[in-house]
Amino acid sequence: MFGFLDRQRTVAGPGFSRWMIPPAALCIHLCIGQVYALSVFNLPMTKLVGITESAPSDWLLTEIGWMYTLAIVFLGLSAAFFGRWVEEGGPRRAMFTAGMFWSSGFLVSALGVYLHNIWLVYLGYGVLGGIGLGLGYISPVSTLIKWFPDRPGMATGMAIMGFGGGAFLASPLSVWLMDVFRSDTDVGVIGAFVGLGCIYFVFAMVGATIVRVPAEGWKPEGWQPPVTPKKLTTTANVHVDVAWKTPQFWCIWVVLCMNVTAGIGVLGQASVMSQEMFGLTVAAGAGFVGVLSLSNMLGRIFWASLSDVIGRKNTYFCFFLIGIALYSLVPSTGAIGSVLLFVVCSAVILTMYGGGFATVPAYLKDMFGTKYVGAIHGRLLTAWAVAGVLGPVLVNYIRQYQIDSGIPPAQAYNTTMYIMAGLLVVGLIANSLIKPVDPKHHLAEES
Amino acid sequence: MSTDSRSKTTGLHLFLAWVFVGVPLAWGLYQTVLKAAPIFS
Repeated sequence: MFGFLDRQRTVAGPGFSRWMIPPAALCIHLCIGQVYALSVFNLPMTKLVGITESAPSDWLLTEIGWMYTLAIVFLGLSAAFFGRWVEEGGPRRAMFTAGMFWSSGFLVSALGVYLHNIWLVYLGYGVLGGIGLGLGYISPVSTLIKWFPDRPGMATGMAIMGFGGGAFLASPLSVWLMDVFRSDTDVGVIGAFVGLGCIYFVFAMVGATIVRVPAEGWKPEGWQPPVTPKKLTTTANVHVDVAWKTPQFWCIWVVLCMNVTAGIGVLGQASVMSQEMFGLTVAAGAGFVGVLSLSNMLGRIFWASLSDVIGRKNTYFCFFLIGIALYSLVPSTGAIGSVLLFVVCSAVILTMYGGGFATVPAYLKDMFGTKYVGAIHGRLLTAWAVAGVLGPVLVNYIRQYQIDSGIPPAQAYNTTMYIMAGLLVVGLIANSLIKPVDPKHHLAEES
Repeated sequence: MSTDSRSKTTGLHLFLAWVFVGVPLAWGLYQTVLKAAPIFS
């Protein structure tokens, strides 16, 4: 029945354009990027019973917050555990399954809201949706790399840019859907969840339908693999079960974790930080978050494309060196009261946060080859899960500690910024330690 | 390994595929730019 999902059935024939693959990848990444915009449901979900204001039986914000946390945890777990299944089964099966999980997650959550059962919401969005997130995130990565061996950074950057763009789409769409379904007795969350589930299902299925894998031995017209590959680019393949035991994997893990931790630390607190440091209004604070979201998205395609030219290792050196300088500069922007400089520093930092996500698949491909890159990428995403906890905890707790110690809120972020710069120093060291993988780890038939 | 002989791409295929993802993305981008505008005023 599901034979059309098999990898063999997705091998492209002659005349298929590889430029169909980025839209296929964007279909799934635009869906799952919704997770960044989940917070638009926070307030309405605290008024499901009281409608105009929270009733005693309404859910608390802290309870609702677990939806996001669970989704990110299950993203990391599913990407790590099912990466090999994704790689071996092909992108269509993975995208189809991701779409099913992601959409059914919304429908189960809608049922949970209808029955006012928070556990059902956790199961829907957190568990089912989180599994869809993990499978969807890694599903097009290795396919893109195989179709674009000449520009792997740009190709994966385009897809992962879609993940950032998914939030742009989801935020106004969710607000619009809630308005459509809102009534005197309903805040519109159920209708919005069902609507999103249906829309995302269509998008995922379109992506799964048009995706193809290249035939064995295919290469872009007129392109020849370099006769002498770059020092850090292998032509061999390393098995996923071997790759994650190499020091290179863990160095890249640290590189990603440090880069993401520092970025999340700023992103999560951006609005409050701008208001406390510069006295911006709530609207301007929201605008600042918008600027950061744009930077996050554009950085994905910019830095990943640049990495095809200057190399992955040099790209991460840029992230860390520029990042250390900018994080160290942020406290000074507060001291001299320059909002513009603060916005510019934060925006550049966020381009490198997004760029870190988008460049890492090509980094893995350079180190471990293309054969298992999707599965290896899946295991590497555990660094994101760790950073997702570490970043906000560092910023929140240090800020609170500073305020409790009598430091004015406007200066409460200074120490945090210096700590973030310190984390980037760790990332810089890890990046500098990355050397080519020992040939003994290469797959036998490839060496 | 069999190949999908029906997968020959035409210009229309490419156009439709990119419009399908490009239009929603552009709409979301526009909404975000509108939201970001107050920081510059």
